Formats: sequence, structure tokens, C-alpha cells
Amino acid sequence: MVKELEKAGFPVAHMCNLVPVSQSVGANRIVPTISIPYPLGDPSTPPAEQWKLRYHRVGVALEALATNIEQQTIFPVRI
Amino acid sequence: MKTVVCYINQFFAGIGGEEKAYQEPYIQEGCVGPVQAIQAALEDAQVTHTLVCGDNYMGSDTEKAVARILELLEGHVPDLFIAGPAFQAGRYGLACGTICQAVQEKFSIPALTSMHPENPGVEMFRQKVIIFQGGKGAVKMRADVQTMIRFANKLLSGQPNEGAEAEGYFPRGCRHEKFLEDKRENTAAYRGVQMLIRKMHGQPYRTELAIPAPEQVPIAPAVSDLSHAVVAMVTSGGIVPSDNPDRIQSASATRWGRYDISGMERLEAGVFKTIHAGFDPTAANADPNVVVPLDAMRAYEKEGKIGRLHPYFYSTVGTGTTEAEARRMAQEIIPHLVADGVTAVILGST
Repeated sequence: MVKELEKAGFPVAHMCNLVPVSQSVGANRIVPTISIPYPLGDPSTPPAEQWKLRYHRVGVALEALATNIEQQTIFPVRI
Repeated sequence: MKTVVCYINQFFAGIGGEEKAYQEPYIQEGCVGPVQAIQAALEDAQVTHTLVCGDNYMGSDTEKAVARILELLEGHVPDLFIAGPAFQAGRYGLACGTICQAVQEKFSIPALTSMHPENPGVEMFRQKVIIFQGGKGAVKMRADVQTMIRFANKLLSGQPNEGAEAEGYFPRGCRHEKFLEDKRENTAAYRGVQMLIRKMHGQPYRTELAIPAPEQVPIAPAVSDLSHAVVAMVTSGGIVPSDNPDRIQSASATRWGRYDISGMERLEAGVFKTIHAGFDPTAANADPNVVVPLDAMRAYEKEGKIGRLHPYFYSTVGTGTTEAEARRMAQEIIPHLVADGVTAVILGST
């Protein structure tokens, strides 16, 4: 789906946990998430912490959409 | 003598074209239409029955059609099942792939079909079903039947499968065990080093384990000004309104939904949930924002970091879903994005 959307001209930030899969399938802008069942917030942590993580990683994805890249790129996350 | 049952569509059965495409499955003794060519090419096997089903019936009522065909086969289970050739006919290819896979699974007998490389059935079934590489249309009937039945004859007489390339079918990604004479030149180490030497000398060599090269798409240019961007969210994590109004399947999805989020600050538990069967849904059901981060996107919208959020999110289930289906679903979603002037997409996978 990422590739079809990108083919249509939309930059796509792929937020996923299985980064190697995303790479091998051919996503261009990849932002790692923390797990499969809860990509953007670990339920064993307080809601405030989950929010911080989610807000940060979505922010990275938005920056990725605004970043011109020459090759497939995994955007680093801090939280 | 070994037995064969063949499957053809309404058109090749000679009962009609589009107007008969909803024909329910039926079984007939002996050969019908092109099945005569199959019988003629078979060396020591008899086509006992021909199954016929309309392509649209198979395409739209797949479960019923497959169940009925399996029922019709009871009592006539052959040594080998052959469907098609389907050439470049998409619906027919889909039907042949579907029924070959179902017959293989139910009766544990081999099933063969034949299609043109561009038939979408190839992509959908090549890993599960032996699909011979065929021509574009029925003018290639003779040649396609010959190729397929050459292999059928080998299979029925117990000769070994020489592999996809030698036999003429699309590689399934299966590796066949092969015993070589016990000598140095046949060891994996020797073969590997020879290959490396050829590679270093720029000479042609052939890998023994082909890794399919993913199709790369050109990198879409970045949005020039994020503060004016219209961003849409898409997920393969199966987040849907609690009653799953589009009845998106929990696995091997073929359906997707678009859900209105205008006026919502976050996805509330109880209002949205996940129907994805590939992971524990507890966390996603308790807070769907961990999969579709509406709350964070709203925050960025308020801050003015993005222009606005597209008022719908799009959802399907990514487990067991074929690449071909995923591609089609994305293609169906695109016009909705274009219509609202969306400029960038965040796609979340689980």
C-alpha cells in the first residue's frame, strides 16, 4: 500500500515495528514504532509517557514527510 | 489407469459468455470443450469428469462455489486436478487458482493450471499452486496444454519434478532436495566459491537461491511546506468503528473502510476497536490511538505544524493479505485522497 500511494505521488511515512520487512518491501520513509500490538504507546507505562512517545514519533513521521531523501531512509527516534 | 478431473469456465464449456458468467458449478462425465485436447495429450490417464463454473459466480460467491465444487468432486476424486488454461483472462485465472488451491488442500492431490504472466491469478497463487506459463489467448491452447500435460504425464508416472524453470511453471519459491554424486566439485563450499570467482571476474553466474527483488518505487518528493500540508492516516492495523460496518475481514483482507474523524480529538475506546486477528487486541482496544494516532495528529494540527488533517482515516487488515489485494485497496483509496487535496500520508502497520 505504501508503494502504491508513493507511486501516485504522495510521500508516505511508514510507521512500523518490522523495519526490515518495510525495507525489503520497499518503503522509502520509515519511522520505527515500538511493537506490533501497540505501535505508539506501551500500555504498561503511564498514559503521560505513552503520549510523549506517540507525540514524538508522529512528529518524526511528519518531519520525514517534509524531508527530501536520496534513498530509502530509516528516521531515528529518540523516545 | 490414473484419473484426471478438469475445471473450465462457462465460456470454454460452450454454454455462453458474460450472460452465463453466474452459472453455478456442475459436473459432467468425460471431456468438455478444450478438455479433449488435455485428454489427447495425456499418456496413460483418463479424464473422468469435467467441472464447469461461471467466472462471476466463482468470483463473487467464492465460498459457496468452492464448497459446491468440492462436494461435486466427492466420489470422483482423481489422481490429478487440472484447471484452465486461463490465458490472460483475469477472472478465469482467479477461479483456476482458487479451485486448484482448494482441491489440493481438501483432497491432498496435485493440481495444475496455466496462465499468462500478466494474469493477476499468477501473483495471487504462484506460491501455492503450480501455474504453467501460458499464452495470452485461446490461440495458444495447443501449446499451453502441451507444456502443462508434459509435466502431468511425468507427475502421474512418478517421474521427478525437475523444478519450475525446467518444467515451465512459475517458481513457487520451493527448494527441491537433490542428491549429487559425492565428490569435491559438488560440495556447497566448492559451488559457492566458484560462483564468487565468476562474480569477481564479472562473469555470468547463477545463484542457487534467488531472492526475489522487490519492486522499487521512485521516492515521492517531500512536502515543501508542512504547515500547509494536508495529511491523511492509513492503517493496516484493523482499527474500525466497533460494529465493523464494512465487515473488513480479520485476516487475508480484501476490504477496507474510510471512517470520519472530523470533530474528534482522539479515537475513543468502545467507539473504535481493532478486528485484526494477527495480534493481541487488548492494548489497541483500550486505546485505539496507539495504532491510529489521532490525538497526536490533532495536537500537531493545533500547533500549526501541519495545515490540516484529512477528515477520514482509512483502514484494512494487513495479516495474510496478498500484495495484489493490498495494491488494489491502495488504488481504490487514492481517489479519495486526491479529491480532498491530501499532500502526504502516514501509514501505520502493526
